[in-house]
Amino acid sequence: MEPMRKETTEYEEKTDNWKDIDPKKVKQEIMEKYPPKVARKRSKHFVINKKVDDENYTEIQANVRTIPGIISQRGCCYAGCKGVVMGPTRDIINLTHGPIGCGFYSWLTRRNQTDPSTTPDGHNFMTYCFSTDMEEREIIFGGEKKLKAAIQEAYDIFKPKMISVFATCPVGLIGDDIHSVTREMEKKLGITIFGFSCEGYKGVSQSAGHHVANNGLFQHVIGLDDTVKEGDYKVNLLGEYNIGGDAFLIEDLFERCGITLISTFSGNSSVDHFSNSHTADLNLIMCHRSINYVADMMEQKYGIPWLKINFLSAEATSRSLRKIAEYYGDQKLIDRVEEVIAEEMPAVEKAQAEIRPRLEGKLAMMFVGGSRAHHYQELFKEIGMITIAAGYEFAHRDDYEGRHVLPKIKVDADSRNIEELDVQKDPEKYNPRIDKKELEAEERHGVRLKDYEGMMPDMEEGDYVIDDISQYETEKLIETYKPAIFCAGIKEKYMIQKHGIPMKQLHSYDTGGPYAVYKGAVNFYYEMDRMINSKVWDHIKAPWEKSPELSAMYAYE
Amino acid sequence: MKAQKNIEYKATSNACKLCSPLGASLVFRGIEKSMPLLHGSQGCSTYIRRYLISHFNEPVDIASSNFTEETTIFGGGANLKIAVQNIIKQYDPELIGVATTCLSETIGDDVPLILRDYNKNDSGKLSPAIVSVSTPSYSGTHIDGFHGAVKATVDTIAEKGNIEAKHVNIFPNMLSPEDLRHLKDIFFDFGAEHIMLPDYSQTLDGPLWSEYQKIPEGGTTVKQIASMGDAAASIEFGRILAEEESAGKLLKKKFQVPCYSLGIPIGVNETDVFFNALSTITGKPVPEKYVQERGRLIDAYADGHKYVFEARAVVYGEEDLVIGLASFLSEIGIVPVLCASGGESGHLKNKLCQVIPDFETRGIEALEGVDFVDIGDAAKKLSPDFLIGSSKGYKIAREINKPLIRVGFPIHDRMGGARILHIGYKGTQQLFDTISNIIIASKQDASSVGYTYM
Repeated sequence: MEPMRKETTEYEEKTDNWKDIDPKKVKQEIMEKYPPKVARKRSKHFVINKKVDDENYTEIQANVRTIPGIISQRGCCYAGCKGVVMGPTRDIINLTHGPIGCGFYSWLTRRNQTDPSTTPDGHNFMTYCFSTDMEEREIIFGGEKKLKAAIQEAYDIFKPKMISVFATCPVGLIGDDIHSVTREMEKKLGITIFGFSCEGYKGVSQSAGHHVANNGLFQHVIGLDDTVKEGDYKVNLLGEYNIGGDAFLIEDLFERCGITLISTFSGNSSVDHFSNSHTADLNLIMCHRSINYVADMMEQKYGIPWLKINFLSAEATSRSLRKIAEYYGDQKLIDRVEEVIAEEMPAVEKAQAEIRPRLEGKLAMMFVGGSRAHHYQELFKEIGMITIAAGYEFAHRDDYEGRHVLPKIKVDADSRNIEELDVQKDPEKYNPRIDKKELEAEERHGVRLKDYEGMMPDMEEGDYVIDDISQYETEKLIETYKPAIFCAGIKEKYMIQKHGIPMKQLHSYDTGGPYAVYKGAVNFYYEMDRMINSKVWDHIKAPWEKSPELSAMYAYE
Repeated sequence: MKAQKNIEYKATSNACKLCSPLGASLVFRGIEKSMPLLHGSQGCSTYIRRYLISHFNEPVDIASSNFTEETTIFGGGANLKIAVQNIIKQYDPELIGVATTCLSETIGDDVPLILRDYNKNDSGKLSPAIVSVSTPSYSGTHIDGFHGAVKATVDTIAEKGNIEAKHVNIFPNMLSPEDLRHLKDIFFDFGAEHIMLPDYSQTLDGPLWSEYQKIPEGGTTVKQIASMGDAAASIEFGRILAEEESAGKLLKKKFQVPCYSLGIPIGVNETDVFFNALSTITGKPVPEKYVQERGRLIDAYADGHKYVFEARAVVYGEEDLVIGLASFLSEIGIVPVLCASGGESGHLKNKLCQVIPDFETRGIEALEGVDFVDIGDAAKKLSPDFLIGSSKGYKIAREINKPLIRVGFPIHDRMGGARILHIGYKGTQQLFDTISNIIIASKQDASSVGYTYM
């Protein structure tokens, strides 16, 4: 279908001038409007990208509490645990222990996709939202009884393989011990049942919930099934949530390359895959923020190394595939990967050549996630667009500045409240997949292991890197730059569009996607063209607003 | 009321209700230059924003007092005060609407006391009106938060100025922005001054901005709310609300403003009652425009009844909406075989009997406090022709392969939830046409011939 296309736009006139704007001044103007205390704090989150030395970029403050009364994009610990990490697995009964709101609001709103036909029992509970629907009497007299009954009931009706329970804010306060209840019910029913202490007030954002979820998976699920599957190059894909069907494309790509996917955490995923994931040789990390804990713990306990990869954009996909092939160092895989890349690239290059002239030089801004705001920059680059401002909702400093800053990150009270597991080598199952020297050196065949350089090195100096951006800062930025597109989530969407600027959701992809690997990249290029060059933006001004002289003349007459 | 359920479920699967702070936030978004503030974890405000935004397709700012682990131990007073201060500095609002959450309620924060302190500390400065409402999510549903916030606002702000009263207060219940606009038109055409609370007809369904708006334009002004005590009368919609301590009844008690408790005006019967009441209060006849609208509606009933009579409908949503819809369906010969709600007032069946004279003989089921699994179980046995309610019933519609007519809140899988007109003769007309056409389309699609003339 030929996209609706407009002729010129207001911001096109402006894009030529954006380089004349002084970012420092913009920052100063924004900060001046805050009360001094808030300004001091926000100033550390609002950074103009600058390389300080060979290794370091300007320090950014991240993963600290949002100031009360400042409207933030962030969610809570429960949201990260239940909604993000545990939600996209089809055959777990995810039971929210709390009043109805939390369960309801996290009811399949991320548009995660799944294909139940690939697990023998065909279970899929993702379209359900289970809650103990705590009421006043439970707040007063305790909710453990109701929780037990709910677990029993879920078991009786669905006969699931696993039930997990999520604590909401009031649970800890009224003294409910979800862990003793789940232990008791696990014993009684003989299936995996465990709880997450992911009360909403814990930690500073959903990031805390990711960590809690990682810990739970690691303690209760990973390692339950030792069956070693057939196949070469066995990998787990971590931090891929199959939004818009991304994981399906990645699965297909792996298959064509001859790479065997054991488990994805957590997209198109199953408990069966999780239980068996410790039999893989290598962990591949997409979303560094939400799931690097599991990768680290699996390395310590089972000896599985991890690599950071990225399957968003054609360039990143090829780079990642080559990295995997190089890591294994097997000529068969190296050749196969090159063949697949060669098969895919013509369609990609054709699309780029078509779209690029229509989008070249336009500005993008993106404030989303804990990795997405980095990953999508490459997609924009491939169609000639410039990401002038980016930032995360819930990332930590290492996601911005790179993992080398990890030892320098101050651990505050909020982070201390989230348990760090003490992981030891498993006496039986520990099996270093590569040479001990390579593991220690964190390098194999020239490929850096456990390495993530963060977002900043991929951005230009003078670009904006803003952590936990507020509504007000967003408004000011788009007012100043009139970007061609702004990417964030549903909460920001309509505020941006009120200004006549198209807004792409990168959490749930609106109704679009997939955008991963080669086919997804092509999809994304066309999507951006359709959005940015849509004719609807032409109608914003009425004819009488477009030529005020004319109206004035009528008024005069 | 639990006894009404088919099966005694312990857990709630796929709830047919949302939590009370959502309703309160919606109300505060319908007051001019107002900022809702949820006293609890930031997740509450984020989740609720997301849900409201996805329905209205509009920006919805809701601030939070951002509880930490320490706050839950030592109390949320300090955080609430900081939040209020920051909102004032950033947004310069005329009203801050504070709603509690399960967290602040469980730890027992005394919000009115904290805010009283705050006002004292900042004496001398021009501060915004602060309204607080208790909305623990473990008690009631979103509609209770909605009515609670309306009542708390009126209680805090409305006064009696001893001036000659002429305007009418209207408490419209949780309707769509389009409904609210239509109500305003009706009052305008009657030549009756009115004050509507809340009024999110513009704040949650407005045009593009030519410049940055800290708080979207529109909404009931604080000044208008203050003058609600001087009104000639109040009208409140909702037969369930009629049984509860409401803003309308509060004004009656405090300032002797007469209160008309009516059903939500969906269908001819309930709309007639409303127009009658307006006519009585204002002493003016029903404007010709609406006489015509009513006439066209009855004409359509006559023309279309052959398509719809004896059709079977499953109706779900907030109890008052369910009663309004069921009343309308019943008057056109559709049998609302199942009337269900996640709400649990204890009055649903009685009220349905009031609007559906043949409720018992038709064997209509009324279910309170149920979730979508209960509704689905019941629906499967009742072989309905269609479902009518929010988009969250889609899973059932899909399972039983029957059409879902989307009304009310939330509508997350279609455009234009904010622009659905449910009320008045005009709204009824639209519903009637939609329902008739869905039934006709089902017949058409099911036919092997493929008639183009139905």
